[in-house]
Amino acid sequence: MTESSNDPLVIAGVEYTSRLLVGTGKYKDMDETRQAIEASGAEIITIAIRRTNIGQNPGEENILDVLPPEKYTILPNTAGCYTAKDAVRTCMLARELLDGHQLCKLEVLGDEKTLYPDMPATMDAAEILVKDGFQVMVYMNDDPILAKRLAEMGCVAVMPLAAPIGSGLGVRNPHNIRFIVEEATVPILVDAGVGTASDAAVAMELGVDGVLMNTAIAAANNPVLMAAAMNKAVKAGREAWLAGRMPRKAYASASSPETGLID
Amino acid sequence: MLEVIINGKSRSLTGPVRISQLIQEMDLLDKRIAVEINGEIVPASQHSTYQLSDGDRIEIVGAIGGG
Repeated sequence: MTESSNDPLVIAGVEYTSRLLVGTGKYKDMDETRQAIEASGAEIITIAIRRTNIGQNPGEENILDVLPPEKYTILPNTAGCYTAKDAVRTCMLARELLDGHQLCKLEVLGDEKTLYPDMPATMDAAEILVKDGFQVMVYMNDDPILAKRLAEMGCVAVMPLAAPIGSGLGVRNPHNIRFIVEEATVPILVDAGVGTASDAAVAMELGVDGVLMNTAIAAANNPVLMAAAMNKAVKAGREAWLAGRMPRKAYASASSPETGLID
Repeated sequence: MLEVIINGKSRSLTGPVRISQLIQEMDLLDKRIAVEINGEIVPASQHSTYQLSDGDRIEIVGAIGGG
């Protein structure tokens, strides 16, 4: 194998070529959103559910007209929900809005400062949603035990954070991400905290199945160029993981032969 | 007259009004929206028959950019 040409990401039985999933928030305008998403190569894109514009901004473009569900797999999120009840309600509305679409990104937030997940509430919501037929991709702490529990409950993907949402700090606890990957029975995606291309590559080199990001692209000086960089970084990280890195050594090891040297 | 609350704002409607009529009046026909009345989703297939009542709390939601 010279490259990872036949190495699909499979979520809920559907194959995807791209292992980069992107959010659609925080962009300057719809045109920048569309260009950045295209450059990222992402096939799964997240959206949020909010009260619709009722005449305040007539003629405003809709995100689903710019990024149509015929072209992208839409992943509605429950961002901004602080209770299991609100998260479940948001998923139900998203399913109605998207004509019965079952895939959703569950996040139940615990506090505004860290945006860390409220895990007990997340588990409650996941249980209800899975029972109701949703295909739940769940945002969580980088906790290996909870990751296992959520997979056992029937979530279709488990998505530990690399660092707080929107922080751009990169993978803060690579050891925990490795533990989660080692025990994985469903795809593991790093969700939140990536800041730049090397962070995405680091995550992929830990063996995760994909990376979900928004701010790292949208808050770059040039979001479209950063989207292209992330596209490559996720592929490079995946290939490096598949290739298997060399062992780390404490001392040097010459790259050129040490025999046949000129006297 | 019906007094209803749409997305948190009070509004008077000259009734009787069905959801589909409200959606049309608000220029939301054929837009990707979901409608909840008093906390219960009303599927799109029922919009043309569902009659709004005085005091209904109506939520109309759509998709926006998000991460």
